[in-house]
Amino acid sequence: MRRFARPLVALLFLAMLATPYLMRRYGPHAAARVDPGIDAIAQYGFRLTESSQAAGLRFTHEAPTLDSKLAHIMPQVASMGAGLSVVDVDRDGHQDVYVTNSREGSKNRFYRNRGDGTFEEIAEQLGIADLNQPSTGVSMGAVWGDYDNDGYEDLLLYRWGRQELYRNNEGESFTRVEQADTLPGWANVNTAIWLDYDRDGLLDIFMGGYYSERLNLWRLADTKIMPESFEYANNGGRKYLFRNLGGGRFEEVSQRAGLSSTRWALAAVAADLRGTGYPDIFIANDYGVSELFVNEGGRFREVGRQTGVGYAPKSGMNASVGDVFNAGRFAIYVSNISEEGILLQGNNLWVPTGASGPLPRYENLATSMGVALGGWSWGAQFGDLNNDGLLDLYLVNGYVSASREESYWYDFAKVAGGHEVVISDAKNWPAMGQRSLGGYQPKKVWINDGAGRFVDVAPMVGVTDRHDGRSIALADLQNRGVLDVLVGNQRGPLLLYRNDVAPGRHWIGFALEGGCSGDPGDTRCTNRSAIGAQVTIHWSGQQQVQEVSGGSGFCSQNQRPLHFGLGEDAEVEKAVIRWPSGRVDEVVRPAANRVHVVKESV
Amino acid sequence: MSTRTVLTEHGAAPRRTRFQFDKRYLAPLLVTIVLVVGQVTFGFLESWSRTLLAIATAIVFELALGRLFFGKWPHLASAYVSGISVGMLVRSPMFWPYALCSAISITSKYVLRANNQHIWNPSNFGIVAMLVLASDTVAGLSVQWGNNLLPMVVVWAFGAAIIHAVGRFHITVTYVVSFLVFAVLRAAWTGHPLLSEVAPITGPMYQLFIFFMITDPRTTVRPVWGQSLVAFLVAAVEAVMRLYEFVYAPFYALFMVGPAALLLEHALARRRAAATVPGTAAVPSR
Repeated sequence: MRRFARPLVALLFLAMLATPYLMRRYGPHAAARVDPGIDAIAQYGFRLTESSQAAGLRFTHEAPTLDSKLAHIMPQVASMGAGLSVVDVDRDGHQDVYVTNSREGSKNRFYRNRGDGTFEEIAEQLGIADLNQPSTGVSMGAVWGDYDNDGYEDLLLYRWGRQELYRNNEGESFTRVEQADTLPGWANVNTAIWLDYDRDGLLDIFMGGYYSERLNLWRLADTKIMPESFEYANNGGRKYLFRNLGGGRFEEVSQRAGLSSTRWALAAVAADLRGTGYPDIFIANDYGVSELFVNEGGRFREVGRQTGVGYAPKSGMNASVGDVFNAGRFAIYVSNISEEGILLQGNNLWVPTGASGPLPRYENLATSMGVALGGWSWGAQFGDLNNDGLLDLYLVNGYVSASREESYWYDFAKVAGGHEVVISDAKNWPAMGQRSLGGYQPKKVWINDGAGRFVDVAPMVGVTDRHDGRSIALADLQNRGVLDVLVGNQRGPLLLYRNDVAPGRHWIGFALEGGCSGDPGDTRCTNRSAIGAQVTIHWSGQQQVQEVSGGSGFCSQNQRPLHFGLGEDAEVEKAVIRWPSGRVDEVVRPAANRVHVVKESV
Repeated sequence: MSTRTVLTEHGAAPRRTRFQFDKRYLAPLLVTIVLVVGQVTFGFLESWSRTLLAIATAIVFELALGRLFFGKWPHLASAYVSGISVGMLVRSPMFWPYALCSAISITSKYVLRANNQHIWNPSNFGIVAMLVLASDTVAGLSVQWGNNLLPMVVVWAFGAAIIHAVGRFHITVTYVVSFLVFAVLRAAWTGHPLLSEVAPITGPMYQLFIFFMITDPRTTVRPVWGQSLVAFLVAAVEAVMRLYEFVYAPFYALFMVGPAALLLEHALARRRAAATVPGTAAVPSR
């Protein structure tokens, strides 16, 4: 036997060496072959067509120029700001688009939806264009919420600089809310969301800082501004929680409410993850672990480790939730960095295990479900792109696209693995020059097969751009019963992917309106935007839950109405609406293929 | 502690002692300290399950191949160190690369041999194989020791003490000094900040490399001066590869220099033996 042992083991050894190739070629994660002649609508049930120019969305994001001490790594540090949010600003039933710019002196843009597939740019007319000045800092993103319950969505603009709230004057113009002077006069905020954390019927604000609020990135005393660690950094920006007191006044209550963290926050999402009626907050942090703050009656407690999401530090850049199994529970998607042969963090899809107990337990199923490897990943959103009744996932990638020949990866990896003394000081970072870092990366359009796997069909359905994607928002821009896709790119164009879905696939929408009007006082009602309200639809033996969100993804906000695909079955048994006020409404046999406007009765 | 036979360096005459700590357990002890400190203080593993998979695979392959090739159950210290090194050094969102890397590492010991001796450090071979053949799903450990010096100092101190106890401290010192000298030269050549060139050696990847790979008694040459020369050459080849922007240059450098040095030693030994006793060309195996 031993005579044959060596050749047999040698053969086994060769087979082992060949295994990576075989896995790549035939394994469960093998890339799908791109067939240019494929009929995407017939094969996948939808097709995306880039239509920004035809629609009148002509916008290119410009990056800021920070302190000259950072000139040698400017593309790396001035790498955010292409925010994107969707809102029906004038209540005309059409979803409008607001995009942020970041060059000093550049203008943000508001695209009013004409309803015919085209847009007109009216930011200056509304008074929300010229918002990127050296005195105020530059925009990173914007989210919409009706803070005064007057029926019109107001604008919260967050910056590297001064944070500002603008009141919507019935869709005609905006006025800066002077009473909101408790908002940070200067902070480097990269995520902000609306939520009613204490369920008093008034929308509150959560903000997460990235760089420390002590830094003015245009006037630096020294170059010690970088994270103290690539994966364990705690020297980022602080967190803010502004409790809405009514009358445009806000009180900062983060410490009192238990929201203290100085990790480098890049994305946050609020959702009722435990069925308590209170919104919990999930924060995706760059240079560290994610944090989950559960809301215990208006007071937060960080339970990342207890729930399983607080281990294995990565570079979190997205936070979005979706009921990916049609199980009535939210999974959380966090994007990270993956670069072949250099750094493979893998994205996280935190799926609740369903274990009983006061806290949920999450398991990262990104690998087994096929959504782990994206690239240098940023914003992502769940949405049923092909109306088959299952939530799909759209992810944008790409950090700095400059030279196609030269890469900064080696120098980046060299310093990123170094000790705090090295990594935290920008002067220790080699000059980037014109080199790219994670540039020109393809995007991912993962369709949910309903059997626990997502399959990337991006090139097959028409998504082939290689811009440096940041924000993404989903909205039915022509009220056709499909989700179109908007993508904001750093130093790149705003993209609109028009969605065409196969005929015969049904859908249903819910546009909710909370019952609060003005300051609710002691009245139990839901904020007018209905942020935090959940709709669960039951059909064909399935159920799917969605929640009205005050911002999700990366510097993004989807349309306010909730969109459910139904597949080929148009019979919906019922829709259950859980309002943050505690009220539960049930709509029996709602008609498919229309948006149901539901107002909370108080 | 136990009563056991202890082999002195390079298989010199064994001596029997009482309550002598078996030095073969020192490397497993140190690597376990690195693992525990790293995971408890910062959670630096991809996951416990992946690391345990790597360790289990290494042990299973060692047991099976040792029994098959030599007819006896092998000592498992080496396999444990290989498995735990793979579990820490390999980064992948998948599970299979951990098992495969361990399997390749251990099998390489039994397949790739010269003069009845394996010539590659097992985990070095396995990791290089994975970085080259499976770069789409595998990367190396690139994180650092958190935000303060203490864990790094603890690991360096334990590592230095243990490596000194097994008589291989000179290899570590030679490599570290060489790395620093080459860092200065690279900084001067490229114009990059000196600290950026020094930065890699402050991370745990290098501590594993310095304490467990380049000091491996089974795959280093015999004379002390030769061991130091090889450590210097590894640092030199690494320095050149760094100029060509190989992120995992130390692994590749050892992969090339280590076996070349051993084969050269074998060839020189054969020549000496042939000159001393005409007609003899054998090299004693280890």
